[in-house]
Amino acid sequence: MAKTAKPPKPEELSKIDYRPPRTHWMDTPVQFKEGTFCYASRPKYLEEVDFPNAREWSSADEDWKLPDNWKEILLEGIKDRLKKYRSFQLFMDICVRCGACADKCHFFLGSGDPKNMPVLRAELIRSVYRKYFTLGGKLFGKRAGARELTYDVFKEWWYYFFQCTECRRCSVFCPYGIDTAEITMMGRELINLLGCNTDWIMGPVANCYKKGNHLGLEPHTIKMNIEMMCDDIEEITGIRIEPTFNRKGAEILFVTPSGDLFGMPGIYTCMGYLMLFHELGLDYTWSTYASEGGNFGFFTSNEMAKRLYYKIYAEAKRLGVKWILGGECGHMWRLVHQYLDTWHGPADFLEVPKSPITGTVFEHAKSTKMVHVVEFTADLIRHGKLNLDPSRNDHLRVTFHDSCNTSRGMGIFEEPRYIIKHVCNHFYEMPEDTIREKTFCCGSGSGLNAGENMELRMRGGFPRANAVKYVHEKHGVNMLANICAIDRAALTTLMQYWVPQVDVCGVHELVGNALVMKGEKKRTQDLRLEDLPGVEEETEEEGE
Amino acid sequence: MNLKELLSNRKETIINKWFDLIIDSYPPDTAHFLRTQKNQFTNPVGHTIHNAIEGILDELLEPSDSAKLTSHLDSIIRIRAIQGFTPSVALNFLFLLKKVVRDEIQAEAGMNGVAEELLGFESQVDGLLKESFDIYMACREKLYELSANEARNMTYRLLESANLLKDSSETFHPEGDGFDSG
Repeated sequence: MAKTAKPPKPEELSKIDYRPPRTHWMDTPVQFKEGTFCYASRPKYLEEVDFPNAREWSSADEDWKLPDNWKEILLEGIKDRLKKYRSFQLFMDICVRCGACADKCHFFLGSGDPKNMPVLRAELIRSVYRKYFTLGGKLFGKRAGARELTYDVFKEWWYYFFQCTECRRCSVFCPYGIDTAEITMMGRELINLLGCNTDWIMGPVANCYKKGNHLGLEPHTIKMNIEMMCDDIEEITGIRIEPTFNRKGAEILFVTPSGDLFGMPGIYTCMGYLMLFHELGLDYTWSTYASEGGNFGFFTSNEMAKRLYYKIYAEAKRLGVKWILGGECGHMWRLVHQYLDTWHGPADFLEVPKSPITGTVFEHAKSTKMVHVVEFTADLIRHGKLNLDPSRNDHLRVTFHDSCNTSRGMGIFEEPRYIIKHVCNHFYEMPEDTIREKTFCCGSGSGLNAGENMELRMRGGFPRANAVKYVHEKHGVNMLANICAIDRAALTTLMQYWVPQVDVCGVHELVGNALVMKGEKKRTQDLRLEDLPGVEEETEEEGE
Repeated sequence: MNLKELLSNRKETIINKWFDLIIDSYPPDTAHFLRTQKNQFTNPVGHTIHNAIEGILDELLEPSDSAKLTSHLDSIIRIRAIQGFTPSVALNFLFLLKKVVRDEIQAEAGMNGVAEELLGFESQVDGLLKESFDIYMACREKLYELSANEARNMTYRLLESANLLKDSSETFHPEGDGFDSG
């Protein structure tokens, strides 16, 4: 007869060890948890841009339907990229694992997952590099930090390279200047060789390739959306704005992320642009073809990003404009600043951008011929060209979130702050460690702003939200301004989870509110069609 | 000396031990960071947890405002609800308080009335646990609500122009007060 098990004593029952297993990272297999990853791409999106291995698959499945020679493809892919990108070779070799980057990643800070430490995320691929491309790794294996490339290792890459927003905060702290974002980019390029991108990224890529923008909006829809905004502007100001589309011979082509055309709260930023350009009498046109400032191709491969961006210059050439003005976007500006000139530049058929209002020549854009709208507007304010009434934003206590791409990728720090301080009376900075080049990411950049990975996004965005919460509690901040379309969408959601008292807007929404336009009626509403506090409705007699 | 005095005198020790046990639910490398880095902004998780458990213990010892207690619970649970823990592990921090307190006053447990007071204290903690279940569920439900709202916000104008919104003349106000700019 079997022995009866002894019942545990009460003190034994109370001893519950919740500590996670203390295994080496190489021996800790990845666990795919719902809420932390995006769905796999549908095959049609891959087919539309000629990406390999288009098939129905799911990232939660065991079998990812990889080609038989998947390992060979990946190792060849690494070899090619080591040859092609010197930075990749350097970043594989020079890390001394000092740990300076370890606690700088918003995903690590929010999740506590050690594989979100930038150094360890990079080790995921570096360990394979050592095994197949270095003598030490070949000879000494695990002792030299090397490991075999296995199916599980590939899945681990996939899981964690889609838990990096390529924000480059870690690179600010690396004494060697290793840009971990570039390692993620290489990781994602390799993942693409096996057709394993996410639906959230590939959908916009395919749409953008075919129709010019992420959602696949066709020309008449773009025009209709902008005209609806003009209806709202007319209701608010009494002024009818008639923007032009695809107009040949315009001086300036304006390109903005398509999120500004149809998403909340991006449309209010777009209304701000429309009002500003109208007030200036700017000779500009919208394009319904170059209708996307963003570039999700950047989250697949360098080549795909290059393919998607050609349309901007092609359209500028077709319309015969002199230069290009760009809207409030994040990764658009990193691409313009760091990649566009190499891909398609110099754009010699265009002229060096010169503000027709102030005469300022934007020398820094001499080669790309593209100027960020906050540079343009800050210059207008500096020259006293705008009539502004900041008191219309008095109900707002504003802080500014530096978007990763415009701050670390381009160095835009002062212009948005300068504008905000002229259009608002209440501006408060977040703490020093969380702004400018040390800014915390929204947690949803680089194609991670999907719905199915909401839990991951809330983790990644926590350090940013924590700083917002601080200024909310200390100064009563209720508006988080920024100059990125993904931020406008993602931070809105982030705030609703962490600091629901704070709303989100683009800088040009604030400009639109404060801008005193010639011939406008007394403003009683802001751009969201909400009543301005303390302002009474205009009576018939007071009117025009 | 009654229980309240005992715990008040050892508050710092209790907080530190409690904090350590909570932090042990994270992997070792992470736990080391969460323990050692004190900056509010560069270690938001560690700082928030430390701050909140201190507030919870203060309120248990000297109740002043139940809203404060809820707010402290919320700040910890809101984090742990999105860190991949099972609900039992996410909310385990309150069970750990019982353990720390029991261990701490073991020697004095036989003193007049302390054991009875301990039962009362633990019932208070049980009350917090009940509240914590509600907060945890509210956080999880919020995540799904956010996904739904976001899908709608992203294509707001398109839905509006296709007359797919209930009332296209009204500004969209999702549930919750994120859009309430007064």
